[in-house]
Amino acid sequence: MFSNRYIFIYASVMVIVVAAILSSAATYLKPFQEKNIRTEKIMDILKSVSIEAEKAQADSIYNKYIVEELALNMAGEATSIYKDQNFEKGDIRPFEIKLKSEIKKKESLDAGKEAEEPNFPLYICNKDGETYYIIPLRGKGLWGPIWGNIALKKDMKTVYGVTFGHKGETPGLGAEISTTEFQKQFVDKTIFDDNYKFTSVKVVKGGIGTMPADQQIHGVDAVSGGTITSDAVSDMIADCLINYEEYIKKQLK
Amino acid sequence: MSEEVKQREPLFSPKNKKLIFNPLSRENPITVQVLGICSALAVTAKLEPAFVMSLSVLVVLAAANVIISLLRNTIPTRIRIIVQLVIIASLVILVDQVLKAFAYDVSKQLSVFVGLIITNCIIMGRLEAFAMGNKPWPAFLDGIGNALGYGWILLVVAFFRELLGSGTIWNYPVMENLGLYDFGYKNNGFMILPPMALIVVGIIIWIQRSRDKELVEEK
Repeated sequence: MFSNRYIFIYASVMVIVVAAILSSAATYLKPFQEKNIRTEKIMDILKSVSIEAEKAQADSIYNKYIVEELALNMAGEATSIYKDQNFEKGDIRPFEIKLKSEIKKKESLDAGKEAEEPNFPLYICNKDGETYYIIPLRGKGLWGPIWGNIALKKDMKTVYGVTFGHKGETPGLGAEISTTEFQKQFVDKTIFDDNYKFTSVKVVKGGIGTMPADQQIHGVDAVSGGTITSDAVSDMIADCLINYEEYIKKQLK
Repeated sequence: MSEEVKQREPLFSPKNKKLIFNPLSRENPITVQVLGICSALAVTAKLEPAFVMSLSVLVVLAAANVIISLLRNTIPTRIRIIVQLVIIASLVILVDQVLKAFAYDVSKQLSVFVGLIITNCIIMGRLEAFAMGNKPWPAFLDGIGNALGYGWILLVVAFFRELLGSGTIWNYPVMENLGLYDFGYKNNGFMILPPMALIVVGIIIWIQRSRDKELVEEK
């Protein structure tokens, strides 16, 4: 038989050894993991303007097409401008901004609490002589976070392309938002009406056939059986794009 | 230990060979012992995740078996389950971290299921039933054998689910290249859903039992 003393010592030693092994493995592997996440972010941004990038060249393709990165405050002013690998203004690279914490800041402000002023990133892409504006999105799905990018054409209201990703939406139902079939629907929809009033693009349960004919340009069909995820996509697009309304209006003047 | 043999037995003695080959058929963890079914349903929609899952289970099971077997005389009986769990859990976390660093796409597909290897009853079962009472080498073989037994069923199930459900094999579009879609062939979306994995496993069990009558229970 083993004494209690032995059991306690055994358990403590085991836990310490295991903790040491795991934490050193985590520290050692972290740079690799962060690189993967970064590459994925780059590939997602590029995918929204229909540029397929291989993992190995992701960085160079990104530098080629994304000509400017902006960080915008709520008034639509650029607080940081990052161009050609140099800061023209500010010191936070917009690419490094964590959308999650910026959205949290905005929520606290909206709730009347004190928080720093949020900054939202905007990527300006130049592809074949055309300018596109890429806005990153983030929201809450049914089971976990959902995210994506939406690319706008030069008029800043017509959608050029979107990508969506999710942490763990239901396979076959909510998870369908990450398929190209779903994402293709957004192409050529508009987020403003003709008078530049913000309308967003809604994901409509029952299909856009249920909308008035003049509104159909602001809607896409929802995923059958994925109502909550579909609504979440609607909310995400509306909540994120509204932050850019001021900037877009300024640009159009 | 009762089986102390003075004369060293060869590495691949008949007894050791059995440890590897029995779990492939007569003592298969999935089809005979019906363990690890949960992950067999979850990761077999495509071949690639099924393969990575099998490989991860192989690494975890073999390593856990060896570690437990090395420690077997020092582990206090009263906390042995906890010790086993801690070792499995740390190995699984290691595998998960390595996948995240070097096979990011696959790790995204497997998402929570890598973590759920911890709860795969095959692993706990082998540690408790075999590694606690045997030397490291046989324990290692036992781990490999059981993981292979688990893995080949997973791959067979995944093969049929991917072929019939998505029309591809390892993402290679077989059905499209055969031109079957031109004849009005459609992928069976039902194959993608978890229940079909259960049915495919059921068919494998059926075939296995009709060939090996000893597996059929007497009434």
